[in-house]
Amino acid sequence: MSGKTLYDKLWDDHEVSRRDDGSSLLYIDRHIVHEVTSPQAFEGLRLASRKPWRVDSVVATPDHNVPTTTAERAFGVEGIADPISKIQVKTLDDNCDELGIVEFKINDQRQGIVHVVGPETGACLPGMTIVCGDSHTSTNGALGALAFGIGTSEVEHVLATQCIVAKKMKNMLVRVDGELGKGVTPKDVVLAIIGKIGTAGGTGYAIEFGGTVFRAMSMEGRLTVCNMAIEAGARAGMVAVDDITLDYVKGRAFAPKAEHWSLAEKNWRELRSDDDAVFDEVVVIDGSDIQPQVSWGTSPEMVLPVGGSIPDPALESDAVKASGYSRALEYMGLKPGQAIKDIAVDRVFIGSCTNSRIEDIRAAAAVVKGRKKAASVKEAIVVPGSGAVKLQAEAEGLHKVFIEADIEWREPGCSMCLAMNADRLGAGEHCASTSNRNFEGRQGYGGRTHLVSPAMAAAAAIAGHFVDVREF
Amino acid sequence: MKSFTTHTGLVAPMDRANVDTDLIIPKQFLKSIKRTGFGPNLFDELRYLDTGEPGRDNSTRPVNPDFPLNFERYQGASVLLARKNFGCGSSREHAPWALEEFGFRAVIAPSFADIFYNNCFKNGMLPIVLSEADVEQLFQEMYADEGYSLTVDLAEQTVVSPKGNRYAFEVDAFRKHCLLNGFDDISLTLLDSDKIHAYEDARKNTKPWLFGAVSQ
Repeated sequence: MSGKTLYDKLWDDHEVSRRDDGSSLLYIDRHIVHEVTSPQAFEGLRLASRKPWRVDSVVATPDHNVPTTTAERAFGVEGIADPISKIQVKTLDDNCDELGIVEFKINDQRQGIVHVVGPETGACLPGMTIVCGDSHTSTNGALGALAFGIGTSEVEHVLATQCIVAKKMKNMLVRVDGELGKGVTPKDVVLAIIGKIGTAGGTGYAIEFGGTVFRAMSMEGRLTVCNMAIEAGARAGMVAVDDITLDYVKGRAFAPKAEHWSLAEKNWRELRSDDDAVFDEVVVIDGSDIQPQVSWGTSPEMVLPVGGSIPDPALESDAVKASGYSRALEYMGLKPGQAIKDIAVDRVFIGSCTNSRIEDIRAAAAVVKGRKKAASVKEAIVVPGSGAVKLQAEAEGLHKVFIEADIEWREPGCSMCLAMNADRLGAGEHCASTSNRNFEGRQGYGGRTHLVSPAMAAAAAIAGHFVDVREF
Repeated sequence: MKSFTTHTGLVAPMDRANVDTDLIIPKQFLKSIKRTGFGPNLFDELRYLDTGEPGRDNSTRPVNPDFPLNFERYQGASVLLARKNFGCGSSREHAPWALEEFGFRAVIAPSFADIFYNNCFKNGMLPIVLSEADVEQLFQEMYADEGYSLTVDLAEQTVVSPKGNRYAFEVDAFRKHCLLNGFDDISLTLLDSDKIHAYEDARKNTKPWLFGAVSQ
């Protein structure tokens, strides 16, 4: 019999029961909650006179709706100008207060984007099953955990039963061998993977990211890659536990201490695929081939190396794909053959659950230092992923680097990644964005998103158009 | 939960691949704390020529005459015919809520994104996977025949065209069972409470760090 994959091990460890029809009851260790996808779940619980199964498994923080300007944030929830957003954030506060759920409220220093806060506080740990009503929950798989997004009905189900009903997915290994070139970041790696396998390439699979590139990658880089597993269609992405994982987790506020740490560490060391494990699908990429990436269309798979040119739909043989390309080019206001480097940028957004951790802020600051935002760029904002990231960056003086370059330094939240708050693009504006989705209207009605790494976004802010950060 | 057994209804097209949940229901409508009220803003950026906002009266907004769901022939449609990777992107259940409230009971596509697919079943709506060739065939028949309708039979796991052609589809036994009977799956899971407690008790012994660690 062949060995087990990391996913097999995590699944087996959490299976409460398996039914005759092939579905399983899977136990959930950590449930992260934010304001957008939870109110209807709490309401459902209340209507059925049910209580949460295990309150200590739940951690909440508002992130999608919170304003990021210091002026608006100064007055807490009451300061939120949009009355509908305010009600949603208040509703989360009320639900958590009523049920005794731990919540990092709007101006708590631990508040931030759920997928930044979970790992950084140690609320999310290796070996856990982690769910949240948010597709980017896959981020947490970087810890060697099984983490995936769920809908609101499932949020209610997990609150009520501590379990979800699920069917096991298939195993995919994405192996990136060799070494990354200078200036090539985890964001470029995951965009290149999506460009290769497509946005539905991982549908029905749990993806394990392996190979020398991931073994050498920092924990924050791994979080960036697993974050976008969902953009490759996979609900869950994960990386095996190693010293880098353990060093990252140790000492975090909610991480195990003393004898619990020794016990946990012993357990977590097993969280890797066995040498003889068999995957249903294996994708191999040479890391040294990966270039800094820029997305040009309205799906994350529409992505190219920065030196590339916009493809011609007329040369695409698949009719559905060709019409998708044509529609994307029309929406994006681009022409076939146009060089990526010739695309002028109107706004720059550095932030989101993909790229708002301290390493991302440092990478952007390193490019910006001593330079100025191009006058043609209307606005460039840096939105740290959490209060903790903001504090750390300020302690390192990074905020000053941005402010001196005419780049705004904001308060933590999801911000312009999905534009539920006031941070958004105007129609027709091109944005160099470190977020995860370039869908139509995602960053604002008619907005045109180009997904890039923090360093590439920072370089675009200075140059006013896309540039190869390696030559910058 | 609403049940689904058989359904016959007018078919409307969403003829593009990778329709994401941002397109199905844009983010500004996700600020609602209710489960209802999303239907009028389904595909908002395609249906209307201006930007929608929550609370706006949609009847006074300029309608996009080129968007098929606005065509006279598709009014009252309850089966949506779509292309591959339908429902990709965000986990928002507001997407199936909006489709359901608009009047759709079934969506047919060559493939769906996992979370969206799962969310449909929680809302009495059936996502049906047929081969790309079959979906193409249905698109052609639908475009050629105004008033084209399909019959979906969940128990039989078939889609039947007006000509009587039958297309078989797969569906998980558990999901089928819940949807046919309109079962509330929380109640079903709670029938296994003893097993969950037993699992949890064992876990407290073997992995004690997982319990009670988080505090305000």
